[in-house]
Amino acid sequence: MKRWIEANTWTLGLAVLLAALLLLTKLIQPDFGASGLDSLARAALPFALATVGMAIVVIAGGIDLSIAAMMAVASVTGAVLMDGASDGQSVVIVIGVLLLGLAMGAINGALIVVSKVPDIVVTLAMLFVWQGVALLILNAPGGGAAAWLRALSAGGVPGIDWLPRAVVFLAIVTAVIWIPIRRSKLGLRLYAIGSDPLAAFRSGVPVGQTRIIAYALCGLFAALGGLSVTMSTGIGEPIPGPYLLASVAAVVLGGVVLGGGRGGLLGPILAVFILRTVRMDLTLLSVDPNVAAIIEGTIMVAVVMFGAVLATRGRKT
Amino acid sequence: MPDAPSDAVLDATGVAKRFGAVQALRNASLQVKAGQVVALMGANGAGKSTFVKILTGVLKPDAGHVRIKGRDSTVVNPAGARKWGLVPVYQEPSLIPDLSVADNLRLGDTPMEPFRHWIGELGLPDLSSDALIRSLPLASLRIVDLARALALEPDVLLLDELTAALPTDLVDRVLKVVRAQADQGRSVIYVSHRFNEIAAICDRATVLRDGLTVGDVAIEPGIEERIVEMMLGGAVAAAVAEDRPAKPLPTAIPRLRVRSLKTGTRLTDVSFDLHKGEVLGVVALEGQGQDELFDVLAGNRRASAGTVEVDGAPKTFHHPADAIAAGLTLVPGDRAHALLMSRSVRENIAVPLLARIRTWGAIRMGDEAEKVGAAIETLQIDTRAQGEVRRLSGGNQQKVTIARWIAKGVQTLLLFDPTRGIDIRTKRQIYGLVRDLADQGAAVLFYTSELAEIRLACDRAVVIFNGRVVDIIDARDADEATLMRAAYGLTEKAPA
Repeated sequence: MKRWIEANTWTLGLAVLLAALLLLTKLIQPDFGASGLDSLARAALPFALATVGMAIVVIAGGIDLSIAAMMAVASVTGAVLMDGASDGQSVVIVIGVLLLGLAMGAINGALIVVSKVPDIVVTLAMLFVWQGVALLILNAPGGGAAAWLRALSAGGVPGIDWLPRAVVFLAIVTAVIWIPIRRSKLGLRLYAIGSDPLAAFRSGVPVGQTRIIAYALCGLFAALGGLSVTMSTGIGEPIPGPYLLASVAAVVLGGVVLGGGRGGLLGPILAVFILRTVRMDLTLLSVDPNVAAIIEGTIMVAVVMFGAVLATRGRKT
Repeated sequence: MPDAPSDAVLDATGVAKRFGAVQALRNASLQVKAGQVVALMGANGAGKSTFVKILTGVLKPDAGHVRIKGRDSTVVNPAGARKWGLVPVYQEPSLIPDLSVADNLRLGDTPMEPFRHWIGELGLPDLSSDALIRSLPLASLRIVDLARALALEPDVLLLDELTAALPTDLVDRVLKVVRAQADQGRSVIYVSHRFNEIAAICDRATVLRDGLTVGDVAIEPGIEERIVEMMLGGAVAAAVAEDRPAKPLPTAIPRLRVRSLKTGTRLTDVSFDLHKGEVLGVVALEGQGQDELFDVLAGNRRASAGTVEVDGAPKTFHHPADAIAAGLTLVPGDRAHALLMSRSVRENIAVPLLARIRTWGAIRMGDEAEKVGAAIETLQIDTRAQGEVRRLSGGNQQKVTIARWIAKGVQTLLLFDPTRGIDIRTKRQIYGLVRDLADQGAAVLFYTSELAEIRLACDRAVVIFNGRVVDIIDARDADEATLMRAAYGLTEKAPA
C-alpha cells in the first residue's frame, strides 16, 4: 500500500486538486449539482478519450499530431452512415468506425516505422490528410446518431443520479481496452520502447510492431472520441475541436513524461477534468475568455513546475 | 560443397562488412568449441563491435557466413539469436530504465528462479526484483544483465566488455561464473582488453586487426606480448619508456591545492597538491568519492567543506565556466557528455577554442583550421568518418575529447578514466600525450580504473578509500598489488 502511494503520488495529488476544484465550484455556484456534473462530464468526454489515446502514444515514446483530425473522420463517418439507420445497423456502424480508427492509427504508425521519418513530421502530414478526408465525407456539420448511442453519455446513472453516464462510459471503455493490455506483455513492451528503444530491441522486443500497435490504439481512442462528439451533439463534426493541444497538455499535466516510458492513464484523465473544471469556474466567474486562456496556461506551467520541485526535493531526502 | 565436419558450436568464416567508404570488416573469422572460452581481442576500429553485431544478427554481413551448431545462421535480431542458443550481453546495459527488474525479465521471457540463483551466485543476493532499473548503479546493471543471460542457459554466451564498469570483487565472481559455464560444456565468447582476465579464464584468443582475423592462439603464460604484437601489427613502437627522468622538484606554490574537500555522503576528506608538470594519478574502487571529486573540481557541483586553491588563490566554482576560467578542464568518463555527437570532428575540436570569446566577430578560419589540424595530427585521429563524431570508434572519440583541449592550450587537465574500454594502441598514444602535456607545463589529474596505468602514465598517485585520501604512492613503487591493497584501505597511513 505504501509503495503504491509512493508510486502514484502525482495521480493522488491530481485527484485531491480535482476534488478541491469541484468544492470551489460549489462555493462559486451553490446550485452546482447533478446536472452541472453531467454537463461537465459530457464536455470533457471527447477531451478525455483523445487524452487517453495521446497518453498511450507518448508512453511508447511517440506523439500523434493527427489525433483531432482522426476524431473528425470518425465523427463524420459515423454520423453519415447512421443517418436513418436502424439500431441493428448502427451497432455494426459503430464497430466499423472503431475499426476505422484502429486502421487510421496503424497507417500513421506504419508510415513512421517504414519511412523512419520523425513521428512529429509524419503525423503533422497525416493531420492534413485526415482533415481532408473528413471534409470530403461531410463538408458541413450534419448526419445523425442512433438514439441508444446518444443515451450512453447523457444524464446520470439510474439509481445514482449524481454520477454522470459520461464518466461511467469513459471508465468502462478505458478499463476494458487498457487493463488487459497493461497486464500483458504488450503493456510492458509499450513502456519499454518508450523508455529505451535500443535496450528494448536487445531484450527481444519487436520495436517497430509495438510502435504501430501504440499508434493503432491511439487511433482507436480517437475514433471513440469522435463518436463521443457525435453522441453528445447528435451530428458529425468535420472540423475538429481543440483536442490536439488540450490532449498534449493533459498528458503532461497528468504525469506522463514527454519522451516516453513513464506515467499512466488515470493521471491524464484526471488532468482533463481539472482543466475543464478550471475553464467552467472561470466562465461561472464571468472572466473574459481571453484572460481565462492566460490563466489556464499559467496554472499548467505552475502545476508542472511544482511537481518538478517536489520531485527534486524527494530525491534529495 | 560438402560440409567439412566441424565440432565448433559457432563458426564464422570470411565475414566482411562495409559502411560507405569504410571497410569495417575484411575477412573476420571465429571458431568456438563446446567447453571453451574464447577471447575476441583487437584494437578499437579493428572491427570488434561490427563483428559482434553481425554474430548477434544486428547487422547483415556483405560476405562470409556464420554457422551455429553446423547450420547456417538465420539470426536477424537479438531475439532470433536467442532461439539459436546465442545470448549476448552488450557493452552498454540493455535493460529498460523505467521498468522494474522483474518486468525486464518478463519482457524477455526470462525465468525468475534461475535468475535469482545467478544473481546470488554473482554477489547481489539482496537485489530486489521490484527495484526500478533506473535506480540501480551501473555495476549492478551489468550483473543483472549477465544473470539474465545465464538464466536463459545459452549454448554460446557472448560477453562484450562486461567487466569494464565493475569493481574488482565483482569481477572475480563474474570470472568464476563464466569459467564454470565453459567447464559445464557451454561456450563463451569473451570480448575484452584486459589481459589478466583473459589469462584467468580463456582457452584461446582470436585477434582482429583492421577487419582481419590475424591470429588464433592458445592462452599460455607469456602469450600477452605476442597478442599485443598481433594487435599492433608493428604500427606503433613498443612500450612507453619505463625510465623517466626524475620528476622536477615541486615549485613552492602548487597549481592546484585541495584541502579537506567534502561533498555529499561519499567525498568526506580529500587533500592533495598537484604541481605544474606533474601527472597525478587517482586510484579508487568504484564509488569511493572520485566522481564527486572531479565534479567539484570541474564546477559541476559545490563542495560542502574544504578549499580549492589554484596557483595559490582560493577559488569557488559555481559553474563549469568558472572552473574553465581558472584553467581547469574536465574530460569526462562518458564521452557522450563531452562531444557534439552529430557534428564533425573539426567542429568538436574547435568549440572550446570559440567558447573563449576574446574577440567578437567572425571566426578566423585560417587560425582555427591550423590549430585543429595540428591537434588531429598529434593524436593520429582516424578521420575516415570525420563528418559525424558519432560514427567514430570509441577510442577515436576519446581522442577527440582530449584533442579539443590540446588545441585550446591547457593548464590543468582533469582526466576521468580516459582509457576505459579502448584499445592498447590508443591507450599508449594517450599516455604519451598526457606526458607531453605535462612536459609542456600542464598539470594533469588522472583517475583510472586500471591500476596498471598508474605506472605507465603518472608520477604519483593518491589513493582514495571511503571518501578519504588513504595513501600517496610514488609511481615507481606503484605495482598493482601495492595499489590494490591501498585501494582497499589496508595500508592506511596519515596523508602526507
